Amino acid sequence: MPSIDGVGRSWHILDNQEPDPDLTLLCVHGNPSWSYLFRQLLRDAPAKVRVVAVDQLDMGFSERTGQVRRLATRIEDLCALTDHMGIAGPVVTVAHDWGGPVSLGWVLQHLEQCRGVVLMNTAVHQPAGSPAPSLIRLVRSRPMLQGVTVSTTTFIRGALEMSRPRLGADVKAGFLAPYNQASRRHAIREFVADIPLSAEHPSAETLDAVAAGLRLLSDHPVLLLWGSADPIFSDLYLHDLEARMPHANVHRYAKAGHFVSEDADTTAATLAWVKTLPTREQVEPTERPRPVLTSSLEVPSTLADIQQAPADRIAITEMEDPSLSATFGELTNLVERTAAGLASAGVQPGDRVAVLVPPGIDLAATLYGCWRAGAVAVLVDAGLGPKGMSQAVKAASPAYIVGIPKALAAAKTLRWPGQRIGATALSSKQRSLLGATTDLPTLQRTTDPAPPVPTIGDPAAVVFTSGATGPSKGVCYSHGQLMAQRDALRSLYNIGDHDRLVAAFAPFALYGPALGITSVVPDMDVAAPATLTAAALGRAVQVADATLVFASPAALANVVATADTLTDANRAAFAKVRLLLSAGAPVRPALLESAAALFPNATAATPYGMTECLPVASITLDEIVSSAGGPGVCVGQPVEGVEVAIDPLDDTGALHGQLVAQPHVAGEVVVRAAHARTGYDRLWHTSHEASQPTGWHRSGDVGQLDSAGNLWIEGRLRDIIVGADGVVTPVRLEHGCEQCPEVGLAAVVGVGPVSNQVCVAVVEAKPGVSKPRLAPTELADSVRAAAGHEFAAVFVVPALPVDRRHNSKIDRARVQAWAEQALAGGRLTKL
Amino acid sequence: MKLLVTGASSLIGRHTVAALQGAGHQVTAFQRSPSGLVATELLGALGSPEMAAACRGQDAVVHLAAKVGVVGTWDEFYDTNVGGTEALLAAAQDAGVQRFVHVSSPSVAHTGTALVGASATPAAPEAVSGHYSRSKAIAEQIALQSSAQDMAVVAIRPHLVWGPGDTQLIGRIVDRARRGRLALVGSGSALMDTTYVTNAADALVAAVDHCPNLGGQAFVVSNGEPRTVQELFQRITDAAGITWRPRRVPGTLASAGGTAAEKVWARTGRTDDPPITSFLAEQLATAHWFEQQSTQQALRWKPLVSLAQGFQQLQLWFANQR
Repeated sequence: MPSIDGVGRSWHILDNQEPDPDLTLLCVHGNPSWSYLFRQLLRDAPAKVRVVAVDQLDMGFSERTGQVRRLATRIEDLCALTDHMGIAGPVVTVAHDWGGPVSLGWVLQHLEQCRGVVLMNTAVHQPAGSPAPSLIRLVRSRPMLQGVTVSTTTFIRGALEMSRPRLGADVKAGFLAPYNQASRRHAIREFVADIPLSAEHPSAETLDAVAAGLRLLSDHPVLLLWGSADPIFSDLYLHDLEARMPHANVHRYAKAGHFVSEDADTTAATLAWVKTLPTREQVEPTERPRPVLTSSLEVPSTLADIQQAPADRIAITEMEDPSLSATFGELTNLVERTAAGLASAGVQPGDRVAVLVPPGIDLAATLYGCWRAGAVAVLVDAGLGPKGMSQAVKAASPAYIVGIPKALAAAKTLRWPGQRIGATALSSKQRSLLGATTDLPTLQRTTDPAPPVPTIGDPAAVVFTSGATGPSKGVCYSHGQLMAQRDALRSLYNIGDHDRLVAAFAPFALYGPALGITSVVPDMDVAAPATLTAAALGRAVQVADATLVFASPAALANVVATADTLTDANRAAFAKVRLLLSAGAPVRPALLESAAALFPNATAATPYGMTECLPVASITLDEIVSSAGGPGVCVGQPVEGVEVAIDPLDDTGALHGQLVAQPHVAGEVVVRAAHARTGYDRLWHTSHEASQPTGWHRSGDVGQLDSAGNLWIEGRLRDIIVGADGVVTPVRLEHGCEQCPEVGLAAVVGVGPVSNQVCVAVVEAKPGVSKPRLAPTELADSVRAAAGHEFAAVFVVPALPVDRRHNSKIDRARVQAWAEQALAGGRLTKL
Repeated sequence: MKLLVTGASSLIGRHTVAALQGAGHQVTAFQRSPSGLVATELLGALGSPEMAAACRGQDAVVHLAAKVGVVGTWDEFYDTNVGGTEALLAAAQDAGVQRFVHVSSPSVAHTGTALVGASATPAAPEAVSGHYSRSKAIAEQIALQSSAQDMAVVAIRPHLVWGPGDTQLIGRIVDRARRGRLALVGSGSALMDTTYVTNAADALVAAVDHCPNLGGQAFVVSNGEPRTVQELFQRITDAAGITWRPRRVPGTLASAGGTAAEKVWARTGRTDDPPITSFLAEQLATAHWFEQQSTQQALRWKPLVSLAQGFQQLQLWFANQR
């Protein structure tokens, strides 16, 4: 490179030298690192994508210049390099750590050429509240700096040690390779020294210019890939960049650390994202098409409209002692005042407000108040437990938290983001204890008018529910989508003026006011549905004179178990119920049958769906009973307005994205509906993969349609077994096993390499066993005969792992891992 | 076709001769002592002039003869399994034989780790342990390397062949169970492939049929129905009419015991196999099952007798013995 420093400098560059590329990925590492960081990207880049990963001067295997290279110099270096290399076509920059500002500096000088920006754990500014500056000051303090960064490899090793899961020895050696002598590590010190922490710093002006320049990128696609377990570039830095580039696509990897590309598959995300960018042909016309807001999205939302019901009708009754009620008139007024109050407290349209309030009047006022004010309600299922809730709130990063004192205490202790507001009146002592700035009753006294009504295209909610496995994902909904969900429920179950609802299932309980009907919340702990007793449900049904009862399977199980406490009056009230709905998790037919027996005049039904789209289908108990013996669980006909299609599984368990609607073809269930989610919050790659083809939602369930149009669910996609003869789905075989009188619950999993897996049955035996063991041959024979499948092995276990919340979804992944090690010859450990 | 079968007096040898005859082939059996088989029989040792004579006029050779077990010196294993195979390959080539099916063992490629749906990887003499596996590994390498246009060589590795009259696997298990000394190594839950003897014989017939297209390749053959060791022991003892309750010894203990026993046997010059060998301890404590789809496709063969049917045959045989 003859033009640099007047004397010419040697660069070390990884370049796949793709000829005549459609796109070049220009990759810039940070400190302490080198182009090795991008090795996976080089390996996986598709045809026509050139990858150029540079070692910055004085770093990696590039020349040691003996000069101090500050940010401005490094930007000029990179510009000179790409000029020299003649990189002329479209470029997407990919950068990590302090490579971020360098690459952004390049972008601001190549706005026309740059077609996209990918940033990983980086910063252009020190956001308030970050502990990083003090850490940097510590490393920069005179006794530390030289020792940590140059004399030893402490700085490099320390950075590498932060990876989770731990990096392999070979990868660590790779990162360390160019820094094996102190003389090669000077730039590590200079990089740390070049971080501007004050306005007087020589690089402060350059960094501020880069930060200010980001507003020029509003037409450039941006992808932020973030490892949130990074102690330096924490979520604060992500939020700072999001605020500067609100149009950015974001994927946040909750468990990944600073070297996010080592800890998570950012390569797949980057390449998938690059594919979505307009191609050269599409971009080249001089007039770039601007997105036009379709006028239909500007229709005002009616989500918070609850005033249509007669003002004197009871909207909500809480069954706590003494019971509390609000009429629709009172609730309408409360919602308006809450909306005005939230606005007066600074809540802007689009701001996120975590609502941590149990079902009841306060919840309705807060939630509908948020919707009325255009705020985005963050709803976190208490069933996630403190750890799960903490992960969810941190991921959603609300600007405000409205909660009961218990929730605010948790928010303070667990350092949840968001300004805290009491859902109930707080004394000044409580406020300071909980770190709350105000409370809703105070805010509701404002004389300000309520803010303008949002439109149906505006975001309305981010919902976190308790999944069976893995951290909960935030599911985003717009006003229009939630209105469609409300309307789908209304028409599916013919809900009208004559109905009164007892809702022991939180998501549906929220819709009572929107449906204009009276809701009664039974006395129970919503975080633990199994606490609902028959007597509590009886009292609620009596008070409501209910026609509708919605509950989760776990709640129904306890109601059935405590049914002997029902009074004659309770039973008489139950006899007036017309619809018993089990929702929230798959319900076992036997349980629904026992629960239905308590409601002699009700139709028992259960909807099928998922947090991302509910309902998809619905089935009555009678239909379930008459459908036994099919390929899985029959969930009924798709509900009106929902399209259900199948992406067929081939014999190797692969999907090809060619949706079909014909019957008796097994594959992933894919749905499309007006009430399906927008996407996942800060999980761009997950959203992208779950939305193929565009506009559809991939459920992750495997199933098929029958000739009558019923949908059958055969298990989760990740639980399919791919044997030599093709794909086997677990649910039908499990039902077969459970036909054995000696068998309770059964799980069927595959062991062995994909395409050569064999099926194994793991069952709870009747009577139970104290520890796992192989089934005696007689039992193994009857299980095989009942399921009609020659299982390689049959185990009996004391209990199968099921999700804590609903007590019904088997954790087959855990069973699979357990069976795999046992059948390899390992010990029969506790399952 | 005219075929020579070496080692025809073994269980698998007898069934292979019968299966080949059933397929209309003209079989000559070659072994050291009279077998009583209904086939043309020539007697002699591997490497002898009789062997060269036996190859003459044959279209194909199925090479089953081998020194098995754990007792013996390396030289003994080497001479029979490597030297014998080399001599037979040379004689067959000289005699203008076009097809050569070399019977090998899955143990030529594997080294003590669990095999879970494993494919047939190349023989690895340096990696495997024990005289038998190592000598068979060298023999298989030599056999496959000698495969050529004029004489195609295919290696078939049947895994744990058993059937009525089997004295190796079934005989030992039943004998130990009768003496109350049959124990599972480890948890007994390792998945194990086995091969019912007529299925193994059919696979060898198929290998002869398709030999010209498969030269130089090795295939593992099994029933494709892996079962846990505990279940296999239970089925075998049930078939023999013995009441057996699963009993366990820790894997490490069994392995150590096996090594010790082998040393004692070697030192005292006993010629029977010791009660447990470290090889068998390892075999029975870790999973050994194999990918069968590619074998079945290549050989255009499928096991006709299921495990369940095989155990029925075994039970009938034991009933007739009483």
